[in-house]
Amino acid sequence: MAAFGSFALLIALALAAYNLLAGGFALRLIATGQQARISPERLADTARRAGIAGFLAVTGAAFALIWSVFTNDFSIAYIMEHSNRALPGPYKFSAMWSGQEGSLLLWAWLLAAFGFVLRLRHKTDVKLYAYAGSILAGVQVFFLLLLNFAAPPFALLRGAIPDDGNGLNPLLQYPEMVIHPPMLYLGYVGFSVPFAFALGALMMRYPGEKWIKITRVWTLVTWLFLTAGIFLGMHWAYAVLGWGGYWGWDPVENASFMPWLTGTAFLHSVMMQEKKGMMKSWNVWLIFSTFLLTMLGTTLTRGGLVSSVHAFAQSSISTWFIVFMGIVLAVCIFTYILHRDHLKGDQHMESLVSRESSFLFNNLVLLTACFVILWGTLFPILSEYVQGTKVTVGAPFYNRVAIPIGLFLLFLTGVGPLLPWRSTSLKSIKRNFVLPVIALWATVIVCFAVGVNPWKGGQFSSGNFYALVAFAVSAAVMTAITSEFLRGAGVISRQTGRNLAVGMWLLTRRNTRRYGGYIIHIGVVIVVVGLAGAAFNTTQEQELGLHDHMTIGPYTLEQVGATQDSNLNYNSEYAMLDVYRDGKKQFQMTPEKRVYLASQQPQTMVAIHSLPSWDLYVVYEGTNPDTGQPIIKAFLNPLVGWIWAGLVIIIWGTFIALVPSLTPQTASLRVPAGRTIPTEPVLKGGD
Amino acid sequence: MRSRWMKVAQATALAVAVCFSMGATDSNARYYDLNHRMMCTCGCAQLVGECNHVGCTQSGEELTLLRTDIASGMGDKETLAAFSTKYGATVLAAPGTHGFDLVAWIAPFAVFAAALLGTILLIRRWSGLSALKAEAAAANPQLETPADVERRDRVRRETGVDGGF
Repeated sequence: MAAFGSFALLIALALAAYNLLAGGFALRLIATGQQARISPERLADTARRAGIAGFLAVTGAAFALIWSVFTNDFSIAYIMEHSNRALPGPYKFSAMWSGQEGSLLLWAWLLAAFGFVLRLRHKTDVKLYAYAGSILAGVQVFFLLLLNFAAPPFALLRGAIPDDGNGLNPLLQYPEMVIHPPMLYLGYVGFSVPFAFALGALMMRYPGEKWIKITRVWTLVTWLFLTAGIFLGMHWAYAVLGWGGYWGWDPVENASFMPWLTGTAFLHSVMMQEKKGMMKSWNVWLIFSTFLLTMLGTTLTRGGLVSSVHAFAQSSISTWFIVFMGIVLAVCIFTYILHRDHLKGDQHMESLVSRESSFLFNNLVLLTACFVILWGTLFPILSEYVQGTKVTVGAPFYNRVAIPIGLFLLFLTGVGPLLPWRSTSLKSIKRNFVLPVIALWATVIVCFAVGVNPWKGGQFSSGNFYALVAFAVSAAVMTAITSEFLRGAGVISRQTGRNLAVGMWLLTRRNTRRYGGYIIHIGVVIVVVGLAGAAFNTTQEQELGLHDHMTIGPYTLEQVGATQDSNLNYNSEYAMLDVYRDGKKQFQMTPEKRVYLASQQPQTMVAIHSLPSWDLYVVYEGTNPDTGQPIIKAFLNPLVGWIWAGLVIIIWGTFIALVPSLTPQTASLRVPAGRTIPTEPVLKGGD
Repeated sequence: MRSRWMKVAQATALAVAVCFSMGATDSNARYYDLNHRMMCTCGCAQLVGECNHVGCTQSGEELTLLRTDIASGMGDKETLAAFSTKYGATVLAAPGTHGFDLVAWIAPFAVFAAALLGTILLIRRWSGLSALKAEAAAANPQLETPADVERRDRVRRETGVDGGF
């Protein structure tokens, strides 16, 4: 299988190179009108078919690796290092992306799969798709060069073949790790597609904004994958690392967050181009930057430039990535300079207070946040270069710098949708903002009443202050969005005679993009409320003998026993804790500590009891070597569940935004006979 | 008018100063605050107050030393400096506020301020261009080509009261 996999990768490289060169040559012939022995259109089609065949070749290689994992082929070094016989089936899949070579293969396979779909849909716009396909082939060539020459996944083990492998990193032996990395990679790799379209459209001086419409679904789906991937990573960190948090501003986390920020900025500013023909250059550079940031993230974390608790695979491939990024950047700059006149837009705006300006400010804040994170991630390297000493840029830095920026962004999330396009009047501002402002101050009062006070006990708590602002602004944003929904639904309800709920549903269906976007904003608000809850986390650590108690918040934990278990993969120790509230037993928690046999590495398995109000989070830290008693660390983390609930709402909103809106014709099918279809204002405009 | 702006500026400066002056006074709060300003040196890349990975040999030692330093009456600055001397500069979870390290703190706010100013100037410039165009169109309607009219109508249609996103 190793020979088959290696051969498949070589074939894939040849096909990708042909796709790039033949495709590029054919497009050059078409652009210049030159003649050749073969018609350029036919040549371009052979390039496209090579791309399709390339997908089959990379799929063959990926299959070979999976097959080798499942058949315990320890003659392959990668399998020996990342798997073992006792590894459960689902985690054998995880072995594919637990190491450098495997994760590069996953990247190449996903890129080939995206390219496969793109090339099959080429009839939408043959020339534009040919450009995009050739650019994707260029990216694919880079990954296949890496896989063939720098990080071959099928390299054979030198010396005697061992009976068993080293096993999978224990941190990765968690159900979410089976889906989190592919999800994140789908997000990373997916941004190659809008990048390829943007660069291709610029190269061919594509008229109009059609390329944006073509790539809208790609971009939104990619953004969704990246969002879901980031949140799954947060949940994994929360449930596995056992420190009671979910986001540590680790370089790997930052690496995934940066393209998310620029991608989100792109999704917003691209509407300005679609609606008003503005910000064409800006949008092109946003998508270029997003793609480059996905590469930079990989370079930072996989190349060993920065250390990270999440970096499971490091090697010296950073040089390859730096060279590739340099080439991509040079191509982008060259193409932009050559065709920048094509990107001249209708740069006009009627007012500082308008939907257009809110999009600009939104972009400003998102990009500043991206800069802050990039700056913080790279500053240790910069510091070492300038002063010769490395410094740490950890959570305290980001909490002080990024949180205020995030709160400003949250504020814009509420303000933007309330502002009309073009310009607004003072009267309109007063009318739209009165309810959100009331909600904001009401929340401040309620927060003070329940004890969320930044000056509690005579000391200023920045955590409480930020939480108070987050709750208040969230309430205002939620009120703003809800009132927008209700206003539109009220119009439909009056015109169709249906109730408000149906009115809301019809309203959403008639402009899925707009109202799907609002639902995503609601999800973001819910997430922010959950994040703000971290200001009130409490923790307690105690050695618990049999029938000893510890108290945290309203709960009392009693140790009622400790036990051991073992299977072929690991040995484990459990502490059994009965949890009481108001003197009544509520449930039992069993935090666990495992020692994986193949790697001899220990791992905690946190016990979490989740409620909407808080999570009771219990870690079994091990036993005191002097007394032999278990050490238990308990956390009471308020509102954490809201973060995961927010993600569900974001996913739901994105799906709605992806569904085509009802046209007046289809809408009429849902209106009772004899009723008129409202055409103003709720059916007007928007896609 | 000017005095009102001065008051607003003073209030903002005060709020910012308060936000960034986190001074816990009692020893438990100081212990928590300081152990969240230092890293665990075992290589786990976590704050020492949050490191709980099984078998960590460093976090316990650091936390014990921190308790001792606080009990001995050392101030925050001295404690952080002592840790930095013992474990190296990377033990501090955030850059300091002297020398090149200060750049780490200033750059984000400088970039934000510059970008904010740039955005406002850009909007004002585009608004000015818009106004000039509108004036020219009003003075000489022939200047508007059919394409201009079509584009304007489309923009108005798509960005109407409830149109678009």
